[in-house]
Amino acid sequence: METSAHDILIIGGGGAGLRAAIEIAQQSPHLSVAMVSKVYPMRSHTVSAEGGAAGVAGKDDSIDEHCYDTVSGSDWLGDQDAIEYFCNEVPKELLHLEHWGCPWSREPDGRVAVRPFGGMKKMRTWFAADKTGFHMLHTLFQTSLQFGSITRYDEVFATRLLVEDGAIQGIVGLELRTGKIRAIQAKAVIISTGGCGRVFPFTTNANICTGDGMALAYQAGAPLKDMEMAQYHPTGLPFTGILITEAARAEGGWLINKDGYRFLQDYDLGKPTPTPVLRSMELGPRDRVSQAIFGEFEKGRAFKGPYGDYVHLDLRHLGEHKIESRLPMVRELCLKYENLDPVREPIRIRPVQHYMMGGVHTNIDGETTLAGLYAAGEAACVSINGANRLGSNSLGELLVYGARAARSAIQYIQSAPHASQSAILSQAADEERRLEEQFLHKTGGTERIANIRNEMSHTMETGCGIYRERETLVESANKIRELQERFRNIAIDDHTRTFNTQLTSALELGFMLDVAETIVHSALNREESRGAHQRRDFPKRDDSKYLAHSMAWRSPEGPPRIDYRPVVITRWPPGERVYGR
Amino acid sequence: MADTIILEVERFHPESDTEPSYQSFEVPLRDDWMVLDALNHIKDQLDGSLAFRWSCRMGICGSCGMMINGVPMLTCETQLINFAPGPLRVGPLAHFPVIKDLVVEMDDFMAKLQKVKPWIVRKDDFQPEREFIQKPAQMETYHQFSLCINCTLCYAACPVSGLDSNFIGPAAIALAHRYNLDSRDQGIEDRLDIVSQHEGIWDCTVVGECSTVCPKGVDPSLAIQQYKLTATKEWFKSFLLPRGKN
Repeated sequence: METSAHDILIIGGGGAGLRAAIEIAQQSPHLSVAMVSKVYPMRSHTVSAEGGAAGVAGKDDSIDEHCYDTVSGSDWLGDQDAIEYFCNEVPKELLHLEHWGCPWSREPDGRVAVRPFGGMKKMRTWFAADKTGFHMLHTLFQTSLQFGSITRYDEVFATRLLVEDGAIQGIVGLELRTGKIRAIQAKAVIISTGGCGRVFPFTTNANICTGDGMALAYQAGAPLKDMEMAQYHPTGLPFTGILITEAARAEGGWLINKDGYRFLQDYDLGKPTPTPVLRSMELGPRDRVSQAIFGEFEKGRAFKGPYGDYVHLDLRHLGEHKIESRLPMVRELCLKYENLDPVREPIRIRPVQHYMMGGVHTNIDGETTLAGLYAAGEAACVSINGANRLGSNSLGELLVYGARAARSAIQYIQSAPHASQSAILSQAADEERRLEEQFLHKTGGTERIANIRNEMSHTMETGCGIYRERETLVESANKIRELQERFRNIAIDDHTRTFNTQLTSALELGFMLDVAETIVHSALNREESRGAHQRRDFPKRDDSKYLAHSMAWRSPEGPPRIDYRPVVITRWPPGERVYGR
Repeated sequence: MADTIILEVERFHPESDTEPSYQSFEVPLRDDWMVLDALNHIKDQLDGSLAFRWSCRMGICGSCGMMINGVPMLTCETQLINFAPGPLRVGPLAHFPVIKDLVVEMDDFMAKLQKVKPWIVRKDDFQPEREFIQKPAQMETYHQFSLCINCTLCYAACPVSGLDSNFIGPAAIALAHRYNLDSRDQGIEDRLDIVSQHEGIWDCTVVGECSTVCPKGVDPSLAIQQYKLTATKEWFKSFLLPRGKN
């Protein structure tokens, strides 16, 4: 087996991973960094983020206000120490991006412009038109190219973490081009593999968002935190699930039902005004707005379409100039995927799974429970997002905590334990055998990968959609167990090595089944309604029992074990979430 | 209208084939499907061994460029119905070595990207405490060149790239130009040394195919012409002034 060794290894080449790599290269240029990604870094899903990144910029704004918006937005499930650190650091991080060349949209005087965003009381969202994630990712990637200490393993798929004597020692990866299985050793590993939206059938997430890093950590014994907290974005295109950015509402777009009525006023989100009011109506938080759209579906006040119910997002009153300058991608996406021009017609939208608040449990330093293993970005749960992330907090989070995880890893490796080389390589050899026996050489299986994947995602929508209840959650839990069994009998038609994407689809499906199981069981155990987790059988928030993070631990056989960890409350005691009044 | 369409997909497997061949697949002809949806139907239901790259399915990650009836396009934003009644041919991007089926080697392109120093270069080490002031008009000068998604359709369309793989190519030159035009950057001379070499801008014969196929409205051809002008000016300047002291 081919082996190589580095000081710090990063899995995932999106925003968090690249930010971490740059931090290490700048702080400790003598350290060797490995960046392992199953796609070329500029293909990572950060590229699809649209609206912007929040960071206090104006004189009329303050760090405390950003903290409060984030805490109340999280329905008090976010850890307040992590939120304070985030709000303090994020403006500096956004400035780094500016100095590295990110084309932030500007005011006429040449200063960086900010726009309103949902659930935010002040204008503080930096943006690069409506391609913010694209520009951030390319800026980070291009900036990273100047550092010789970063070795990239492009299109290498991580299949397992190597852990010896309780400490991380590297990974095993499948090199897609050759099909070779490699051991890549490192004293510390940072997981920055993004989210797992593909466990749901209708998602804004890219095909690559299969929860790989979450599953790798979980399989190695690290717990996943708050996995029931899956965010539905209010505005996705009905067939494709493509995201129409919240910036469309921030710029003044209206949500309208089939009667031409701005229905959010019926959901305790304020009264309609011609121009947007912060923390009100269309600028409410995503959980509440998605729930309101679902409410319209149930009341029969939505339009009926071939892909189910939908409502309208109307931008026509903004005019062509504003749409073209502030929302060019929205227009481009509508023209290409819906054959309509938002300058002239309202956009058909429905809520769509978008983001995981939950992820690999870390502390404020980005450390997991496994020595030497760190996580950052959507793959991680630190947690600043709690039960509902505010739009434009994720792009900032991946910078702040990508950099912080990197600094923690640098410190850790100064005294990281050495493990026996033969023990590490023997683990890697075990993994190679597993991949060959269970996948590459496997014959006689009868279950099609696509069928298991479809059944998984549909049961996830039924059980873990916008509203949940015990009965359907139990059904989903049973279904996922059944699929775990059937997964052992998958059919592999391709037994060759070169760029075997059937093999990677199978590995991704294995990861997704594990992640899906943690989502279902975390949702089943949380008997309250909070943020994105709405239980019909437990409609109230219950701070006496659930002001706590759920932690899903792998058990050797059977479903995960769930326990709880108290939320960190510092300055903002639990209160009512108030929007529009 | 027929309810199916034939896709003739180029297949090549280096472990068993000496040259590529075409395989026909009949897929549903749905008016809401892109060519990518048809490929995924093949992979999921008909032949799991077919290899191709894709990810975002919204025209921004740049993974899924292929030749469709001989023209480089992003399969995720190209409607299947446009090719009815078919058949349509799907092949790997031209001018790149093929790894397997529709997957091409990106090494050379990635090396070229890095070669043009696509990052902010500061000669004076100046770091403002706040942001660099950049007025909208200043941003406008480079903005379109910052929209490149690295899909490499322009390399598949460029006749010079086809003949001479040393040619640094449209996307990389546009990216160099993007940083040169950025008011925050001071690296133009470093990049001129790279881009004005023989295999840089001078190879381009101004066919403009790169700009025609760009799915993001970037105009690499314009970048190359502007770059030639700058390089010529710098070349004259180098006779009048010692290099690097202007």
